[in-house]
Amino acid sequence: MLKNMKMYFFEKTGTKRVTFVTLFFLFLCVFSLTSNKAYSATYQTTPEFLSENFSVPPSKAKSLWLTPELKKLSTEILSRPVRGMRVRYYSENDKTAWILEEIGKERPITVGVIVNGNIEDFHIEHVKVLAFRESRGWEVRYPSFTNQYKNVRMTPNYELDQNIDGITGATLSVWALNKIARLALFYHQQVLALN
Amino acid sequence: MFRTTIIGVVLLSVAFTVDAKPTLDEMYELIQKQAAEIASLKDGLAENNAKTESTFTAVEEITSSPTAKLAEWATKTTMGGYGELHYNNHNSDNSTSSKDEFDLHRFVLFVGHEYSDTIRFFSEFEIEHALAGEGKKGEVEVEQAYIEWDYTEGHRVKGGVFLIPVGILNETHEPPTFYGVERNPVEKNILPATWWEGGIMFSGELTQGLSYDIGAHSGLYINGASSVEADVGAAGDPVLGKTSAGKYKIRDGRQKTSNAKGDDLAYTARIKYTGVPGLELAATFQHQEDVWQSETINGVSGVEADLIEAHLAYKKGPFGLRALYAQWDLDDNIETVKAGADEQEGWYIEPSFQLTKKLGVFARFNEYDNTAGGSQNSEKEQIDVGFNYYIHPRVVLKADYFDQDNDSETEYKGYNLGIGYDF
Repeated sequence: MLKNMKMYFFEKTGTKRVTFVTLFFLFLCVFSLTSNKAYSATYQTTPEFLSENFSVPPSKAKSLWLTPELKKLSTEILSRPVRGMRVRYYSENDKTAWILEEIGKERPITVGVIVNGNIEDFHIEHVKVLAFRESRGWEVRYPSFTNQYKNVRMTPNYELDQNIDGITGATLSVWALNKIARLALFYHQQVLALN
Repeated sequence: MFRTTIIGVVLLSVAFTVDAKPTLDEMYELIQKQAAEIASLKDGLAENNAKTESTFTAVEEITSSPTAKLAEWATKTTMGGYGELHYNNHNSDNSTSSKDEFDLHRFVLFVGHEYSDTIRFFSEFEIEHALAGEGKKGEVEVEQAYIEWDYTEGHRVKGGVFLIPVGILNETHEPPTFYGVERNPVEKNILPATWWEGGIMFSGELTQGLSYDIGAHSGLYINGASSVEADVGAAGDPVLGKTSAGKYKIRDGRQKTSNAKGDDLAYTARIKYTGVPGLELAATFQHQEDVWQSETINGVSGVEADLIEAHLAYKKGPFGLRALYAQWDLDDNIETVKAGADEQEGWYIEPSFQLTKKLGVFARFNEYDNTAGGSQNSEKEQIDVGFNYYIHPRVVLKADYFDQDNDSETEYKGYNLGIGYDF
């Protein structure tokens, strides 16, 4: 049998087939052994995100109650029905933090957004992808992409006031982040209007 | 007199103080009221406990019900798809290429399922040209059906039927994502998109923005043998005699993992850079052990082949640019079937501009040649111009005009209209 296997691998197609199969297993072993980190799609937890963005991290989340009018506008921004009765957020003075989720192609992307400013003038201060669960489009989590949202404001019709350059092959992930950015700005405006 | 007044005030105060305290009867009545209130609260508490218990029972029933299990399964199972209807009006000096027709070119359904956070299934099921079956023009195809495992952070491996990581359109070809009703002729005739194989593929990130794919999979099978085919006569009788020339074009070699010959494999490696927003730079190398799959044709055997492909896709604000170059280098043995087929190559460049959020225009220059190794001037040049109009970000109306110059001095031109969508 061994002789037959040797003939199959070496004489039929030369050494390439067996070399490649061996390389595959080596490759797999090297990565499995060298990676001490367990697989995780979570890059940052909510407490870590808050600690990074507030001098004294808010310990308690507040609630923005979704009135029918708010739901209607949120639905327009997301292009899908918004469920739930309230949205949780964290705040300190005129700075709010939103942990929002939106599906890219198949799985939800969890994003933390910091919005800062008063009702007259507010903008996005920081965007961070906290968890990404899809197998394509992970480039949206790179700072080179998320930094584009810094200082972006909202237009009167709830659009972003600056262009966000996309990523080829990750259009749906980019759209998901754009929607989350718009929603965070809109919610921030609503919180300020209620106070 | 003063002393008498003081004593009077004190006595009066005592009298009032004594009057403020409840009598025994009043205290008894108060205790009775409190006891009744406590009893009422106890009843309420018991009622609430009963309600809570009922709620727990109901929740347990719901969460353990077949419906809940179905809902849990549904959250792990995803569906999607895309489709495109085309109208083609093509005129050619070569009448076989002329057409004036409507075609549901593709209707595709995606189904995926998550077994766990790290193991998933993905599939793509496609019907081309609406009708499939014996004597019909269309095909039913399973273009993707694989299991993917994230074996460590940032690295994954998939096994099954998957799209080859090459070119711009092969992996991402939902109609709203590209310009032109039909896919560009270079990626169609040279790569050849859509191209899928069965095998194993490792993918992952090397550093921020730099990713790789490397895998082994089934190879191409270009049947170079000429054959005499059965035809159907006027009376419906089989008639022998129609001769088919041997095949030599790369696109003819797709086995579509349908009882695909596995005598000789192929190996693909791609490196891709997407570290700058809007930019994709990628290069693919592929080696085919033998595109004749160990068959002897015209007295010779063995046609190794190597593919090199590189592309750029860049979008900055309203400006877009795509450019791609691909070249196949095949063993000279293929020239026993067709002179010059040992080199097959092509390239295109496609600038585009988004006039409004909904309307974008493009122009594309394509050049490709399936017999580039020959001394004759055999390349095809094609110019496309057109627009995409998005009635929704995922629903697009398309129109384009093309003009192709062939090596044989024949003209081929026409226009296409299309509606495309994905979900």
